[in-house]
Amino acid sequence: MTRLEPARMAQRLAQDIPDGAYVNLGIGMPTLVSNYVSDDRQVIYHSENGILGVGPAPAPGQENTDLINASKQFVTLLPGGCYFDNAESFAMMRGGHLDLAVLGAFQVAANGDLANWATDNDTFPPAVGGAMDLAVGARKLFVIMRHTTKDGAPKLLDQCTYPLTGAGVVKRIYTDLAVLDVTDQGLQVRELHGDNTFDQVQALTGTRLLPARA
Amino acid sequence: MINKECESFQAAVADIAEGDVVMIGGFGSSGIPVRLIDALRRHGAGNLTLISNNAGATDEDVAVLLEARLVSKIVCSFPRSAGSVWFERLYEEGAIELELVPQGTLAERIRAAGAGLGGVYTPTGYGTRLAEGKETRLIDGKGYVLETALHADVALIKAEQGDGWGNLRYNTAGRNFNPLMAMAARTTIAEVDTIVPVGQLDPECVATPGIFVDRVVARKGQRHDAA
Repeated sequence: MTRLEPARMAQRLAQDIPDGAYVNLGIGMPTLVSNYVSDDRQVIYHSENGILGVGPAPAPGQENTDLINASKQFVTLLPGGCYFDNAESFAMMRGGHLDLAVLGAFQVAANGDLANWATDNDTFPPAVGGAMDLAVGARKLFVIMRHTTKDGAPKLLDQCTYPLTGAGVVKRIYTDLAVLDVTDQGLQVRELHGDNTFDQVQALTGTRLLPARA
Repeated sequence: MINKECESFQAAVADIAEGDVVMIGGFGSSGIPVRLIDALRRHGAGNLTLISNNAGATDEDVAVLLEARLVSKIVCSFPRSAGSVWFERLYEEGAIELELVPQGTLAERIRAAGAGLGGVYTPTGYGTRLAEGKETRLIDGKGYVLETALHADVALIKAEQGDGWGNLRYNTAGRNFNPLMAMAARTTIAEVDTIVPVGQLDPECVATPGIFVDRVVARKGQRHDAA
């Protein structure tokens, strides 16, 4: 089977980010996406700690210790960018001003429920950050995630078993095996990567998939 | 004469009391009042409730208060990060209570306190575990959770420049929670890189008006040291 590396998953997702979009990339794999948005598209990146117009990492020695992104990495500001406090930053999300958010996930359900902030391990402290605000606020929510756990257990399910981040919020899922849309009827395969077949992907999925539209 | 300049970090935190609710600005390593935090650790008031986005990850941020076991409860959105060993140790021991709040809700609860509101209805967290036990309401067909205002006895914040009236300007993303916390505490103490004479800050760039600030302490230079 074809299993895309995270960089290739991010590259595939980047193709679907439209010119002119205001976009928030979540912590982890979503951060890779900005590396692959083509230069002919102007995308303005939002960082929830209070930046619009996030630029690339600074040259060594040029770091401003206050200028970090949500993943706590040093970044720069592009010309035209600006800063603001956290209330204003989250108003941009909840107020529906952000076109797109890309998040990672532990689990996604057939109806678009997202679980990405806590597991069922009570000794491991949970952390939610801005995920719930992005989930309800961004106009569109894409998820980038591996199709299964390291042990091969499905992460796309009829219902999430982990606590929800948001109910019915995910629009599209980019996995290492396929691209899937959340529809009223369930998860619909949009693309299969490489030579993967529908049946192979279905076998690794915990909910009934709909085939791609002809 | 209004002069909010304070001689030392230690003097600035001297009246923080056992059991106080203390807000501390910052996000990750950005915009953190490290000198005030260090002064609070030396001051030693314990049983504190800390309100802060993170639970600390270095030997300069709020982790030093956890390490000194001065904190009995933390209200934050993202306690776990690379290096958050002290939070994780206390959590595992059951020695610290965690109130986990989504980041935008944390910001808005703090803002509500500073703005004199009892709370806000937010769609964030509706239908999730973090809304359990809270009042919910449908407004125009959409679900919202009532999140109440978050007040503090003291806010420790960090800005780049301040003046004797307490006006503050920030450095880039170091702004984060600092202007919000400045509004929400009975006493707000600002750590700044430099203090400039009143009238020198561009009024268009003052992100925290001095009315919200009680004390200003500079990291470097003397009083009225021009920037």
